Amino acid sequence: MIVADKKPIEEIIEEIKDRERILILGCNECVTVCEAGGKKEVGVLASALRMYFLNQGREVKIDEVTLERQCDHEYLEEIRDSIDQYDAVVSLACGVGVQFMAEKYRTTPLFPGVNTCFLGATEERGLWTERCQACGNCLLATTGGICPIARCAKRLLNGPCGGSTSGKCEINQEIDCAWQLIVDRLKALEKIDEYEKLAPIKDWSTDRAGGPRKVKREDVQ
Amino acid sequence: MRLQYPSNIRIIRVPCTGKVDVIHILHAFEKGADGVYVVGCMEGECHFNNGNLRARKRVEQAQTILETIGIGGQRARMYNLASSEGPLFAKFASEMVEDIQQMGPNPIKLAKNKAA
Repeated sequence: MIVADKKPIEEIIEEIKDRERILILGCNECVTVCEAGGKKEVGVLASALRMYFLNQGREVKIDEVTLERQCDHEYLEEIRDSIDQYDAVVSLACGVGVQFMAEKYRTTPLFPGVNTCFLGATEERGLWTERCQACGNCLLATTGGICPIARCAKRLLNGPCGGSTSGKCEINQEIDCAWQLIVDRLKALEKIDEYEKLAPIKDWSTDRAGGPRKVKREDVQ
Repeated sequence: MRLQYPSNIRIIRVPCTGKVDVIHILHAFEKGADGVYVVGCMEGECHFNNGNLRARKRVEQAQTILETIGIGGQRARMYNLASSEGPLFAKFASEMVEDIQQMGPNPIKLAKNKAA
C-alpha cells in the first residue's frame, strides 16, 4: 500500500487560516490503513480545526467527508454537487488522490493534509516500512522475494557491498542488509546456486527516470 | 466508604479505557467540557492486556493537539488506579477539578457563548 504520514496541524493551519468554508476529505484506502487520512483522522483534524478557529474568534465552516477512494473518477464524482460550497479542501489522501482531485475540480483550492512517503507494509501497529520502489521491471523472482532496489541503499543488483556487517547496512545499524536477507532466503529455498549467477544490467527505462509513466491495457479498456 | 468528591464531574463509563479514542476527548472539548480525564486500571493489569496503555497514548495525542490549538494540553489527563482504590479515585477527581478551576473555563465554551 501507499504509506503516508500526517502533516503537523500547525502546517495545515498555516495553509488554510484565511479560509471560511473548508472540507476535510479523507480516503478509505491506503491512508486509512496507515492511520494518516481515514475517517478517524478526518474527524480528529476537523474537530481540532473547528476548535482552533473558534478560539481565534472566527466561525469557520468545517465539514468532513471520507470517500471510498480519491484516485478514481467514480468516487470523486460523489462530491461534485457540494464542492462549490467550499473555498478550500484539505485532502488527506496520498499525493495521487490530491492530484486527481486537483485535476477534476480545477477552481477549488486544494491542500494536502499528509506527506506521502513510500510503498510499504505494516510490520506492526504504528510501524510501516518500505518494500517497493515501483521500478516497473520486477526482479523478485531471482532475489528470493526480497527487493534490492527498494531495500538496498545502493540498489545493488549483485551484492552485498563491503558495507554489510553482521547482516546490517553501513548507513544505519537498524537497517537490514538486503543482500544478506537475499542470501539467507536463497539458502532457505535451497537455491543458493542462483546467487552465483551475475545479474545483467537492469533495464531502467521503466523506472521514474524516463518521466511520468503510464500503464495502458487495451484488453480491459 | 461514602467518600466525597466534587459533584461537577460527569462520569462516562466505558468497558475499558482502550475504548476511548482521541476523537472522543476532542469532541468533549468541542462541546464545552473544561477538562477530560481518563481513569484506567493500573498499567500492566489491563484485563484486555494493553487497553490502558493505548488510552494513555491517545490522551497524549489529544494533549498535543489541544496544546497546538491553544486550548491547553493539561486539560486532558490520564490516571491509573485499581478498582479497590476508592479514596484515590476521589483524590484524582479533586485534583483534576482544582487544577481545571485554576486554568479557568474552556476557551471554546466562552467563544461559543460569545458567538451565541
